[in-house]
Amino acid sequence: MRETFYERVGESVFRETLPNGLMVCVVPKPGYVKKYAFFATRYGGMDVRFQLNGKWLDTPAGIAHYLEHKMFDTKEGNALQELAKNGAEPNAFTSNAMTGYYFDSTDHFEENLKILLSFVSIPYFTDESVAKEQGIISQEIRMIEDNPDWQIYTRMMQALYQNHTGRISVAGSIESIREITAQTLYDCHKAFYTPSNMILTVVGDVDPVHMVDLARRILPREGGPVIPRDYGEEPAEVAQKETSREMEVSMPQFLTGYKCVPAKDGADWLRLAVTGDMACDLLLGESSPLYQRLYSQGLINGSFGGTFEMMPGMSYLYAGGDSNHARAVADAIQKEADRLVREGIDPDFFERTRRASFGDNLRGLNSFENIAVSLTEGYFHGYDPLTFPQIFDAVSQEDVVSFLRENITPDRAVLSQILPRT
Amino acid sequence: MKVIRKQLAEGVYLTCLPARKFKTSLLSAQFVTPLTDKNAAVHALLPAVLRRGTMRFPDMGSLSVELDRLYGAEIDYTVRKKAESQCVGFVASFIDDAFVPGGEKLLEPVSDLLGELICAPATKNGRFLPEYVEGERTNLVDAIRGILNDKRDYADLRLLQEMCAGEPYGVSRFGDEKSAAKISPQRLYAAYTALIASARLELFYSGSAAPERVEGALLRAFSALPRENVRELAPAAFHPAREEARTVTDVMDVTQGKLGMGFTCGSRDFPALLLGNTLFGGSSNSKLFLNVREKLSLCYYASSMYHRQKGIITVSSGVEFENFQKAYDEIMLQLRAVQNGELEDWELEGARSTLLNAYASMGDSQARLENFYLGQAATGQSETPEELATDVRNTSAARIFEAMQTVTLDTVYFLKGKEAAE
Repeated sequence: MRETFYERVGESVFRETLPNGLMVCVVPKPGYVKKYAFFATRYGGMDVRFQLNGKWLDTPAGIAHYLEHKMFDTKEGNALQELAKNGAEPNAFTSNAMTGYYFDSTDHFEENLKILLSFVSIPYFTDESVAKEQGIISQEIRMIEDNPDWQIYTRMMQALYQNHTGRISVAGSIESIREITAQTLYDCHKAFYTPSNMILTVVGDVDPVHMVDLARRILPREGGPVIPRDYGEEPAEVAQKETSREMEVSMPQFLTGYKCVPAKDGADWLRLAVTGDMACDLLLGESSPLYQRLYSQGLINGSFGGTFEMMPGMSYLYAGGDSNHARAVADAIQKEADRLVREGIDPDFFERTRRASFGDNLRGLNSFENIAVSLTEGYFHGYDPLTFPQIFDAVSQEDVVSFLRENITPDRAVLSQILPRT
Repeated sequence: MKVIRKQLAEGVYLTCLPARKFKTSLLSAQFVTPLTDKNAAVHALLPAVLRRGTMRFPDMGSLSVELDRLYGAEIDYTVRKKAESQCVGFVASFIDDAFVPGGEKLLEPVSDLLGELICAPATKNGRFLPEYVEGERTNLVDAIRGILNDKRDYADLRLLQEMCAGEPYGVSRFGDEKSAAKISPQRLYAAYTALIASARLELFYSGSAAPERVEGALLRAFSALPRENVRELAPAAFHPAREEARTVTDVMDVTQGKLGMGFTCGSRDFPALLLGNTLFGGSSNSKLFLNVREKLSLCYYASSMYHRQKGIITVSSGVEFENFQKAYDEIMLQLRAVQNGELEDWELEGARSTLLNAYASMGDSQARLENFYLGQAATGQSETPEELATDVRNTSAARIFEAMQTVTLDTVYFLKGKEAAE
């Protein structure tokens, strides 16, 4: 087992790769009562086409999320109730690129961890139980379809990307989930829920050696092969410049998105993530001249914000909120990016933003979930997220300017709007 | 966990929770005032306008520069409802001394900023700047109208409005759109001077600084706070039971319906009702989750909440329009099951340990601690989480059933789609 101490953020991480390929990370947190476990597979909404036993398989949109729902079923009943007896409420989420199962508890942590590891690694579905879940997930889909935030984001992704499977809604559609059978769920579980495609992270006041032993005892001895995946060929051009729809909302909402150049796994990934975040803050963050100006002109309000996101083969920057002046704001963002590229960034502002970003990232380490998800993403993409202070030191104004020059250009931009019903 | 509570001035109290384990410190200053129809909007507007600037930092730009310089310190304005009190003020979060390069101290400058936001706002000729008032008034009106955008929150609010019409509890934390739209700068300034002079001020700190240092910093920061005729906090009144249940229906352009149900609790046995509610619909192992969702697949969410200070329980669910009756019947059936004590041993154990887990882990989150202690102070309660946990531990099954037998249906709320209504 390898221990790394990160002096600038005051954290230690113990890491060990088991013979079956599972990565185990333990982050000791003395003084905390709560203990938290996060067990994740590198498999999400975008992994719909992959190779199993030498054959390409096309699976229905929403299958990873459906599988997440069904993993709680066990031969004896339901893992929820087993954990409930110990006061732990497990939960799970599926994103584009991962599925994660987690719980926190103050008592019986080890017993709960054993239950988590076994229900996630032992599938138990019947045609009947799979069919029954359709009602629940259909209502989940209906709920998000009525949600303007979800609509505007999903429509933006579909405008940005032509083919990349990251454009597909993680939950799929009411039509696509009808095609899901117990057999396809077993196939997907076999392919992706193998220890060599997974990582267990435990955060809390625990003994690292003990956690690793526990995982070794419960999980299968052997890992599976690497599964080739196909996300689709994605051209540099956006799919559609603009998209809008009417909904029952109180005022117009918008998102403007920029299709950026994706990064490869490894150190490049973290570097681009930090550069993109800094660029986003400098361009349109709360302290930026642009934000201040638009806010005092009443073109944006407190709902306005932006972020930079990355997935395998994708990276994009987007910003938006409620506004009656979507187009004016989108234009102002482009003009400000052009200005920063032309005139450079005020050195004081750059240093201040670097300082503030350090503080923000440090604050994120109060959250066990955030620590676990960061370590998981870092593992899947080959970087160490806790080295962020060093990366912030290394990113220069020139890096940010060249990011803006390359990525924040009119031909890479799309505009997604939700308008009140007329 | 050590809690130090101290009166600093007339109607000014400091709750201090020393802790070394966090990366950040949290500092909060909240005025507690009765929630009323008349004043809710003007009180909600106040912190937003104060957050625009102080005498020393007269606009958001210069405030941001200062916050960035303080390693990304955050100061957010907050508007919360605690029983029938409205709490307005600021919550600040800044990185702990241990992580500040060069040993700079942040507690004192952040306390000063909080004090200035409240006692020395940007004014001109003894008034708030009209452009700040106008801008934030528009934002408040947009926020009130925007509650409609999230149909789940909207349905929950509508149920409370209808059930508690005429009671302060039926008032939204932001007040209503009409009152918000007509707030003049004069009216706002008058409300401001009254609030800072006569409303209870609750200060809260969690972090590594010694309590004496926190007290010193806050006494200095708030030395200019006027104090006269400080009002006592008024306790909330219990919701009077209705003779016959009432049904309210709204129609909107939505694809999923919402069903809300409000119940009155005759019993005043709080721990018993808290446990009873957890069994009924307060966790993902509750009767509602296991039956309405898991067994009948009628919905994605169905949960209940116990409002202790009002003696009511509310149920919230999203269902297909044609399944309203089915869901309604099942919810009533499950309530009767809890009332009749039809449950398995693990359900009661699970509900108990869910609550105990939540109380035990509260000390691991600064935000939860702040919210909990504010709620306690605003409602005149003084139990610690440990004491509440003891109550939950000592509540027998018989007491739970007895308390739940006093729960009766009061108000039913439906949100229907346009097509379903025709």
